Amino acid sequence: MSVLVVVEHDRGAMADASLEAFVFARSIADQLGEPVEALLIGADAAGLADVCAAHGAVAVHHAPIAGDYGPEAYGMVIASLAPVLSPSGIVACGTDRGNEVLAHAAAELDLPFVANCVAVTAADEWELTRVQWGGSLNEEARLTSTLPIVSVAHHAVDAEEASAGATANVMEHIVELPEWASRSLIQDRVVLSEGLTLATAPIVVGGGRGVGSAEGFDVLEALAAKLGGVVGCSRAVTNNGWRPHSDQVGQTGTRIAPQLYIACGISGAIQHWVGAKAAKKILAINTDPAANMVVKADYAVIGDLFEVLPAIEQG
Amino acid sequence: MRVLVCVKRVPAPGAKINITDDGQAVDATNLGHTMSPHEECALELAVQLVEAHGGESHVLTLGVAEADEQCRWAASIGVTKATLVDVGTMGWDPQRTATALTDAIRSIEEADGPFDVIIFGNESADTGGFQVGIRTARALDRPMVNAIKGVSISDDGATLEAQREIDSGMEVYRLPMPCAIGVKEGITWPRYPTMRGRLASKKLAVDVAGSDAAPGGQTMVRLNRPEETVSETVILGEGAAAAPAVVELLKELGLWS
Ligand SMILES: Cc1cc2nc3c(=O)[nH]c(=O)nc-3n(C[C@H](O)[C@H](O)[C@H](O)COP(=O)(O)OP(=O)(O)OC[C@H]3O[C@@H](n4cnc5c(N)ncnc54)[C@H](O)[C@@H]3O)c2cc1C
Ligand SMILES: Nc1ncnc2c1ncn2[C@@H]1O[C@H](COP(=O)(O)O)[C@@H](O)[C@H]1O
Repeated sequence: MSVLVVVEHDRGAMADASLEAFVFARSIADQLGEPVEALLIGADAAGLADVCAAHGAVAVHHAPIAGDYGPEAYGMVIASLAPVLSPSGIVACGTDRGNEVLAHAAAELDLPFVANCVAVTAADEWELTRVQWGGSLNEEARLTSTLPIVSVAHHAVDAEEASAGATANVMEHIVELPEWASRSLIQDRVVLSEGLTLATAPIVVGGGRGVGSAEGFDVLEALAAKLGGVVGCSRAVTNNGWRPHSDQVGQTGTRIAPQLYIACGISGAIQHWVGAKAAKKILAINTDPAANMVVKADYAVIGDLFEVLPAIEQG
Repeated sequence: MRVLVCVKRVPAPGAKINITDDGQAVDATNLGHTMSPHEECALELAVQLVEAHGGESHVLTLGVAEADEQCRWAASIGVTKATLVDVGTMGWDPQRTATALTDAIRSIEEADGPFDVIIFGNESADTGGFQVGIRTARALDRPMVNAIKGVSISDDGATLEAQREIDSGMEVYRLPMPCAIGVKEGITWPRYPTMRGRLASKKLAVDVAGSDAAPGGQTMVRLNRPEETVSETVILGEGAAAAPAVVELLKELGLWS
């Protein structure tokens, strides 16, 4: 038996989040005294076997189905191979794709699926800790299942190669998918930005209600441009229509993990914090020294962001 | 076009979320109730689809009798029908919830005709299981894609084009209708109830049903507050005078060029 990692990739490019899934799977496999194996779905994923091996997979299963990503097709591949590979658990990372693919597979297999775990004690019954409220609370849960299917909350563990990397043994599996499974494949892509994004930028300069207006964000844009970062914001800002929702950081926005998050005029409500806490360092700029953001940050400047930011920009 | 939206009643927490002493629930004393922002946007989307294509919108919720409030909120922005599956608790696991919603949808469809689109939130605000919509759609044999932030209906009404925001842009899915989607906040801009909407919400007839769905395999044991590494905040200074210290920090972190 083994713990099977469902590898997330986009047209053959490994998603960093998958590497977190490997770390989580290794921690479960160690408890069970079993190896980790990997599942690559899609003809375009063939080149990823070595990365899987470096991250601890002793065997790599490849289902070379044709076509782009589709949640139903990927879910059906997992559901079809589960009885063949009979792993003792299935793990993916809790991203949009990871969670939806496991949910489709679990629905097909009529088994439970536990999303966004942060810890697992694996025995006959698995005991799990998972996040609720987007990470604001932890839930201890018990899982009764013949095949535990879990995702690990994104950024809950750090990606790290396995200490003893293996040379993976690659096995191809031909899976016949029902015709309906292709009804939800990606049909098109629209490229909007090639550059830095909120999820990947090394610096995010975030603004909240304290910025006061859409124009107020000019000073944040200027500093972000100077530092090679991007601008993010709180829900108060998107609700006021000052920034598009794609800039929102938090429970119902984007989870960021930059080297530095500069949070300006943001109070630090828990729903915002959970989207920002994976930042390596946080600098809060706020007029209120008692604001949550200030109290929880690594560094803070107390003052009006419209005085502080231009002064920083000028060096 | 017939559109169904599934929403879940949850406590409306403030800047902090407190847990009851027995660790079994969020302490909702002094709190109102609401639904996930994703679901608020889902309701708005349903109303907009019906405004554009004609037809009828319907809201479905499972939980306690008080979820009547969320049905009436939906009506206040223009949803015209409502079903509440009263199971006397908010604590049903995702498999059980999906089974009950599937049964409820089947009986609504038997009475009123099939839905062209079923809209879920990407995830519920509280338990965030990321699956109730997908399980329900699978059981009803509707194509389903989650994390959707834009939709349009083809001219012939046969296809729903759904866009998912990714790092570099959008992925486009084209689902044959009838279909289901899970949507994210930002897909629409929820309107405020008008005077007329408030009146309609008072008059709304909420259909109440029950369910005998069996429990699934995931059981909540208790809630905890996550451990936080409390670091002492280093105050770099006040106002513009703090700028040199910030620049120093940026250099230290290798982020100043
Ligand atoms: C289910 C749910 C999901 C949610 N999801 C999200 C989410 O994804 N993201 C999110 O952000 N929120 C989310 N929220 C909302 C969240 O609870 C808060 O309402 C929101 O984050 C507050 O935004 P804010 O900090 O900008 O505003 P406020 O709380 O009003 O804070 C403004 C801050 O600005 C400071 N300030 C004012 N003027 C200045 C100045 N000139 N210079 C410096 N500082 C100044 C003030 O001292 C204050 O601290 C969610 C809520 C719920 C219930
Ligand atoms: N109790 C419920 N009643 C109605 N809809 C629900 C309920 N629970 C979940 N849903 C729907 O399913 C989506 C996903 O929920 P979840 O799987 O809990 O993250 C939610 O955003 C709702 O649209």
